[in-house]
Amino acid sequence: MNQTGGTAMGGAHWAHFPHQADMGVRGVGPTLAAAFEQAALAMTAVVTDPASVAPALAVDIDCEAPDDELLLVDWLNALILEMAARHMLFSRFEVGLDGRHLHATAWGEAVDIEKHQPVVEIKGATYTELKVVRDESGRWLAQCVVDV
Amino acid sequence: MDLAQLKQVSDVEWRIAPFGKMRVPAVIYADQALISEMDDKVFEQITNVATLPGIVQAAYAMPDAHWGYGFPIGGVAAFDADAGGVVSAGGVGFDISCGVRTLHTGLKAADIAPLKQRLADRLFTHIPAGVGSTGPLRLDAGEMDAMLRGGARWAVEHGYGSEADLDRIEEHGCMAGAEPNRVSEHAKRRQRDEIGTLGSGNHYLELQEIVEIYDTKAADRFRLRQGEVVVSIHCGSRGLGHQIGTEFLKQMVISAPGYGIDLPDRELACAPIHSPVGQAYLGAMRAAVNCALANRQVITHLTRKVFADLIPGTHLSLIYDVSHNTCKEEWHTVDGQTRRLYVHRKGATRAFGPGHPSLPGELRDIGQPVLIGGSMGTASYILVGTEEGMSRAFSSACHGAGRSMSRHQATRQWHGRALVDELASQGILIRSPSLRGVAEEAPGAYKDVSAVVEAADRAGLARKVAKLKPLVCIKG
Repeated sequence: MNQTGGTAMGGAHWAHFPHQADMGVRGVGPTLAAAFEQAALAMTAVVTDPASVAPALAVDIDCEAPDDELLLVDWLNALILEMAARHMLFSRFEVGLDGRHLHATAWGEAVDIEKHQPVVEIKGATYTELKVVRDESGRWLAQCVVDV
Repeated sequence: MDLAQLKQVSDVEWRIAPFGKMRVPAVIYADQALISEMDDKVFEQITNVATLPGIVQAAYAMPDAHWGYGFPIGGVAAFDADAGGVVSAGGVGFDISCGVRTLHTGLKAADIAPLKQRLADRLFTHIPAGVGSTGPLRLDAGEMDAMLRGGARWAVEHGYGSEADLDRIEEHGCMAGAEPNRVSEHAKRRQRDEIGTLGSGNHYLELQEIVEIYDTKAADRFRLRQGEVVVSIHCGSRGLGHQIGTEFLKQMVISAPGYGIDLPDRELACAPIHSPVGQAYLGAMRAAVNCALANRQVITHLTRKVFADLIPGTHLSLIYDVSHNTCKEEWHTVDGQTRRLYVHRKGATRAFGPGHPSLPGELRDIGQPVLIGGSMGTASYILVGTEEGMSRAFSSACHGAGRSMSRHQATRQWHGRALVDELASQGILIRSPSLRGVAEEAPGAYKDVSAVVEAADRAGLARKVAKLKPLVCIKG
């Protein structure tokens, strides 16, 4: 399992960072939306190799929060809810942001134990090590710890 | 942790005098080796807890304390509602009422030795575990609410276990004050088919052999005999509890300034007990406690079926069921006064001593069984609550080993298959849907549970009764 991954487009990528009991997920991208998409990929990678998940079914997600950091946690928690309630894993994300409102589509498929060898269930995204920032080069970084 | 910041009270008690906004001192129970290895985050988090409104006496950290969310895992704090006290979603945690129950099998380790492989395989087949697994029930809206009100009692009424089980569960198997209408539709949706599932991460079902008895009187009363096999189940309120934790954490972060609460850390999100948000959380959290109790009760039923099929005539009776992520309304004596307090235990086990009125008749004069889970290769322990513990940390003890290493470090150090083989060579059979999950949960990634239990015993939080060694471990 890779600890990092990503695409060439705009240097967007994701990474994990350590936490004593749980796992940190980090997304980096040229826009806030891209960083949120990469953070979601990092979260899938806590459970399985995202490349093993076919983007076969689409699920729409909407959420809203008073600031960017709370919005990141809301976005990841909305995905956790869909993963748990639908028994799905997601591997492709398209995020649209309109002020404090997020509208997204996540593509994935039903959990298949043989195919995905899922490691762990995610209980929730937390405010620990929560950071949504733009660096000097204009890149966005979005991260937090997820409780497993 | 830097010991220079602490005042040593005894070889297992360390005190942090109030500084900054702390309203009460912080107390850490641990020996020098354990406290030296503790993350600095434990210091930061336990002193943050001590700043919360209405906190009584002190903020406590147990010997297994480690970096948590707001509260350290292994944190205990009590609040007086009438003194502006708060209830904290972070102080209970995401996995509300996660806990351990242990059952007698009445079988000797030698009796099950020839059946060990088959027991491991059957338990792995019949106990739903891991990501995406579903339980034997699918609850409609009416049954969901009945389960959230009734807890393990609801399960027993549906044929999952017997009335005798309820005597051996905290709150007699049913937490009062649960309000299913405070639980969101999202949380209920997450739980529809999850009753009777173990979950994943550090959750497990183990067959364990009683390998050592330390306190023969308490062991007799708990009917623990050396060489016999018990079953321990470690899991919680599943998706429902996680969703309630998530939703109220956000709600409490947003509402805190309106209540005049200055949060030192967003994860410490809380609301006054006497407030609409506080009351809504308590109603929902208690419903989640019932969900956890029902969950462990249904898993117990599935386990009993496996034993009855393979070893006819076996009867699995419940020793006790403890929850280690809770907020409970309890009466405690503080400075000679009996006060009603809201005791938060985040990764800490309630440990009522002898004579406590909430204990069932046959255990009342000896004290509450305190069940401490280990990691899959090490030991678990049964302790008993003590008289002196009632005046320390509001009758609380440790809950397990506590991690000492991150999941990434663990996967770099161990490989799942090699670990399963190594443990098999020690006579411990592991069954899990995920080999990487096994590596992340490697026994070496945890603190030494024996040192943790020893410190809890020496600090008088609870007294050692018996040591259990794993024989079979079903990991989620």
